[in-house]
Amino acid sequence: MNVVVCVKQIPDPATPGALDPSTNYLKRDGKLILDDSDAYGVEMALQLVTAAGGGDVTLVSMAPNNESSGLRTGLAMGAAKAILVSDPSLAGSDALGTAKVLAAAIKRAEPELVIAATESSDGYTGTVPEQIAALLGFPSITFAKSIEIADGTAKVDRQTEAGYDEVSAPLPALISVTAGVVEPRYPSFKGIMAAKSKPVDTITVADLGLGADQVGEAGARQEIVAVTAAEERQAGEIVEDDGESHLKIVQFLETQKVL
Amino acid sequence: MDLELSAEQEAFRLVVRDFAAAEIAPHAEAWDRDHHFPVEVVQAMGELGLFGLPFPEAYGGSGADLTTLCVAIEELARVDHSLAITLSAGVGLGASPIFHFGTEEQKQRWLPDLCAGRALGAFGLTEPDGGSDAGATRTRAVADGDEWVIDGEKAFITNSGTAITSVITVTARTAAPDVAGGAGKGEISAFLVPAGTPGLEVQPPYRKMGWHASDTHGLSLAGCRVPADNLLGSRGQGFRSFLAILDEGRIAISALALGCIEACLALSTDYAGERHAFGKPIGSNQAVAFSIADLAVMAENARNLTYKAAALRDAGRPITRAAAVAKLYTTEAAVTATRVATQVFGGYGFVDETPVSRFYRDAKILEIGEGTSEIQRLVISRSLGLPVG
Repeated sequence: MNVVVCVKQIPDPATPGALDPSTNYLKRDGKLILDDSDAYGVEMALQLVTAAGGGDVTLVSMAPNNESSGLRTGLAMGAAKAILVSDPSLAGSDALGTAKVLAAAIKRAEPELVIAATESSDGYTGTVPEQIAALLGFPSITFAKSIEIADGTAKVDRQTEAGYDEVSAPLPALISVTAGVVEPRYPSFKGIMAAKSKPVDTITVADLGLGADQVGEAGARQEIVAVTAAEERQAGEIVEDDGESHLKIVQFLETQKVL
Repeated sequence: MDLELSAEQEAFRLVVRDFAAAEIAPHAEAWDRDHHFPVEVVQAMGELGLFGLPFPEAYGGSGADLTTLCVAIEELARVDHSLAITLSAGVGLGASPIFHFGTEEQKQRWLPDLCAGRALGAFGLTEPDGGSDAGATRTRAVADGDEWVIDGEKAFITNSGTAITSVITVTARTAAPDVAGGAGKGEISAFLVPAGTPGLEVQPPYRKMGWHASDTHGLSLAGCRVPADNLLGSRGQGFRSFLAILDEGRIAISALALGCIEACLALSTDYAGERHAFGKPIGSNQAVAFSIADLAVMAENARNLTYKAAALRDAGRPITRAAAVAKLYTTEAAVTATRVATQVFGGYGFVDETPVSRFYRDAKILEIGEGTSEIQRLVISRSLGLPVG
């Protein structure tokens, strides 16, 4: 079974990111790393391919400056190859523009299954996977906490607030996975060395048959008009125990609909 | 002069750092308190390929080098010395003698499990009556038919009593009658003693000042019989060669000491910025700031000496002196660094909730194991051509 995993290379969250004041876009000039939330999808794909007894995992990504550092991490985990779309015209892409590019790149790999994270750790729009599915005409299942493939069907436990739903879809399909789906492996040194020579097919927007006006800032239907700092986290409420504080806990849990 | 590691080695450093942060750091204090050897984490280190780093893929290794092993040991040591020494000893003392001196059959039998971290090997060299004076080995091996019978005592043997210990290389005097004319009087050979061999008794673990999560035992061998095939290397001629392996071990210990110094530097820097006294962070006092500056110098020196020695080894150059210099400097600096860090942390440096208190206890052995500081000075002074006493 051939599986494509959409992966995003993001600025290292350990070093504070910055917004370009003229565009309000996140600066992505430096070295990028594999978004942690994508490691789950890579691991899930590797496990599904192993369970299927054959096939390849292909990473698909879009990043500036032919950046492939993050892709090497996924290749070191065991993915076979990567398709990287890198083109100056992609700067300023909104979620839909990104989805168009990724969908076109994914088509090249002819996958039976596409896996993506629920959302990226830098942009957090959480809409790209479903847009890709729509563009490809694939059924889409979101928030998978487990995936099983049998007889051309994906059976998914889909995380919900109250528990999970059991859903299924015929392949090819797109599934977005949560961080709970599997425990990602650590790349071994052997894997890191092997990743060095794995193919990264670096292509442009023109290679995908897309016009420069369909993507990037030119094609974006979204504009960031203003950025405001997130509200600082408020101090918690401290309840002195007067013998009745357990009732307050119960009351709080009820407001959170936990009880 | 290239002082950079390869991009792949740096990528691997981050993997080991992540592993140590996620799988080791949250438990290090409890393992230290409980004297617990975390065998499942050691096996996870094996899955990461750490124990096979410098060995060929044909034996289940990663085909990397000593430099890459040093990267892994350094990163583990920043978090937990016990796991770092478990790796260092597992590779340098457990697997390395078999890889360098074993027959093809011996390598095929033992190395794949050792490289994968499914098993651990140990090196029984030190004896209760002679640590540094390895030539004074009293353990004896006598040929009896197609077997060797080994009798003696070994002391301070790392990884010798874990649930996954598979084999212990034991050095022993191979005396007459097999050697004509008593030529074997000073002859020392090495034997592969599988764990569980009748006559091999693993003593209860030592009560140690530090390295609580590392496995260390004395061994008693009484009428311990191994097949003639278990001779490792050629009879009587392997001893000097084994000492050469210890040179590599010294570089690995330097990497461990380097990790220790870096941890002291990072922890002290953070704490001196956070902890306030007399209305300002303690790091704004030069007495504190300068002592942390000294840690930065130690870390830089330790890094340069360690990776220079490792690079010499990986280039096939002589390393005896470079290894001794690195081991001497880095371990003595590590002991100093833990003392400085503990002082920066004040009372919190003396209680076990902070890693610096653990590092303070752990560091001292670095000046002793794999050749004491005195032995390193002996090696260095002899390399200068000074008269031998």
